[in-house]
Amino acid sequence: MLHPLPHHRDQGEAIVRLQDVSCGYGKQEVLSGVSLDIMPGDFVGLLGPSGSGKTTLLRTVLGAVDVYRGQVLVEGTSTGRRRPKVGYVPQLETIDWNFPVTVREAVMMGRTMDNRFLPWYRRQDRMLADEMMERLGISHLAPRHIRELSGGQQQRVFLARALVSGPRILLLDEPTSGVDMKTRDDVMHLLHEINHQGITIIMTTHEINAVAVHLPWVICMNGKVLAEGPPSSVITSETLKRTYGAEMPVIHYRGMTLVAESPHSFTRISEPPSGADVGADGEPEPEKEVELV
Amino acid sequence: MSLFEPFEFPFIVRGLAAATLVGGLCGLIGVYIVLRRMAYIGHGLSHAVLGGAVTSYVMSFNFYAGATVWGFLCAQLIALTTRKRKIGADAAIGVITTASFAVGIVLISRYKSFTRDFDAALFGNILGVTGGDLVAISVVTAAAALILFIGYKHFLFATFDVEAARFYGVPTGWIETLFSLVLAGTIVVSMQVLGVLLIAGATVIPPIVARLLSDSFKNVVLLSTAIGAVCGFVGIYVSYYVDISSGATVVLVEAALFTLVMAYVNLRGQLSLAVRQRAATSPDAGGPGTVD
Repeated sequence: MLHPLPHHRDQGEAIVRLQDVSCGYGKQEVLSGVSLDIMPGDFVGLLGPSGSGKTTLLRTVLGAVDVYRGQVLVEGTSTGRRRPKVGYVPQLETIDWNFPVTVREAVMMGRTMDNRFLPWYRRQDRMLADEMMERLGISHLAPRHIRELSGGQQQRVFLARALVSGPRILLLDEPTSGVDMKTRDDVMHLLHEINHQGITIIMTTHEINAVAVHLPWVICMNGKVLAEGPPSSVITSETLKRTYGAEMPVIHYRGMTLVAESPHSFTRISEPPSGADVGADGEPEPEKEVELV
Repeated sequence: MSLFEPFEFPFIVRGLAAATLVGGLCGLIGVYIVLRRMAYIGHGLSHAVLGGAVTSYVMSFNFYAGATVWGFLCAQLIALTTRKRKIGADAAIGVITTASFAVGIVLISRYKSFTRDFDAALFGNILGVTGGDLVAISVVTAAAALILFIGYKHFLFATFDVEAARFYGVPTGWIETLFSLVLAGTIVVSMQVLGVLLIAGATVIPPIVARLLSDSFKNVVLLSTAIGAVCGFVGIYVSYYVDISSGATVVLVEAALFTLVMAYVNLRGQLSLAVRQRAATSPDAGGPGTVD
């Protein structure tokens, strides 16, 4: 766990509740029969292959899909009745990096609807944005164009935009895609800090190992929810095979759950690292040849 | 021939005022058109509005109201067709705007009396700007400026990322509708000054020039409006002395400014690179030139 304090998971009323939800876009059903309870303070990672409905699940919470069956409740209110107030961080790939907008202007967008009838931002809005940029370590970049920043800094800008809107729930669509390992770790540390301040986080990702190491709760999905729980119990070869349709060796090493890259040819693991137990679900296995089918 | 000679003629003064207002208006609206990657829709709508203009004329309906409503309906029809997803936006624009333009041509060929105004509609006729036209231009300019000022934050967010804006509660549907209305009004009042064939240039060039000069949205909006207004004024002023088409002169002045700014930005980039390279190779920087 990245954060020195253990993750706190509230009991009681779920902050996001999906009851037997089937949804999609137009006539195309993407998710079917999804039932989920996400508790206040949860930090949830959504895992699944491309097209498995991870982003659709986020959009379901945002009330931006066609719900055919079931009910979506966010903070006790149906998304069909009222659009929920949540912070949303899009994939960086979807951003138009040539758009003329400075870091400050991008962050201030998060305050657009808080005084919707005023054409300008109030003093307290600007102060809030300044505080948030300071907190996320990007205040010195305020007058710069968003394209001039590193991947981690760009991610912080859109996190700041989401946080200045004062959400209780933060949704992130692949916040660590396309960044290097150091930046990914920085972003995950930051998300843990935010989570420990009481904000519920739901994020999609393709990086199973990052989820296994950093996140307290994982949901594996592929058109429906296949498994959910702590990474140590959810990330198994069997669940990953059901989720991705591929063999994925799971390694337990010094208390960490790791998923190995599948090799494309015969490989001989000659010297496993000290203390490593290679095999499905942590069963110790002797030195062996691994074959990818 | 004095520099102030054009101001002695009321019709030139009206033309200068109209071109300045229309130039500024096109520059302002152009920021949103270019950043939404809608340059083609601006170009198409300017053609589509001709159908509305001729229909209004034939039906003895108020030109400004009729053509604006026609342009607005065309924009809404394009949006509606595009939402069906099977048809791309460019194809929808191509079908609807050319069909509307064709309606205008058919009506012109049927009712010959519009023929004289047809040239003005296509290429602009600044000398034909009446007091009534100037009032209409002023009203649309003021209304567009007011709408974009009051909705500044909403328009910025919806232009930057319409999906995220929707998730944050911005009424993007209303923003789209208002923008279509403002766009249609802008094109209608710009027809007399620039002509339908040249409106696209006046809406695209100022924001691109402004973008080359600034990275801030607010500055791009202000710069683009100012560039459009100044080029409108200068274009008409120059066309008085050179005796050439007013709309074409405005667009050529903007194109000349674009070329100059582009050259300046490239030169500035090369100079900046040279300075950095020199700093990197200087002995103080510890680069390749360092002698121990």
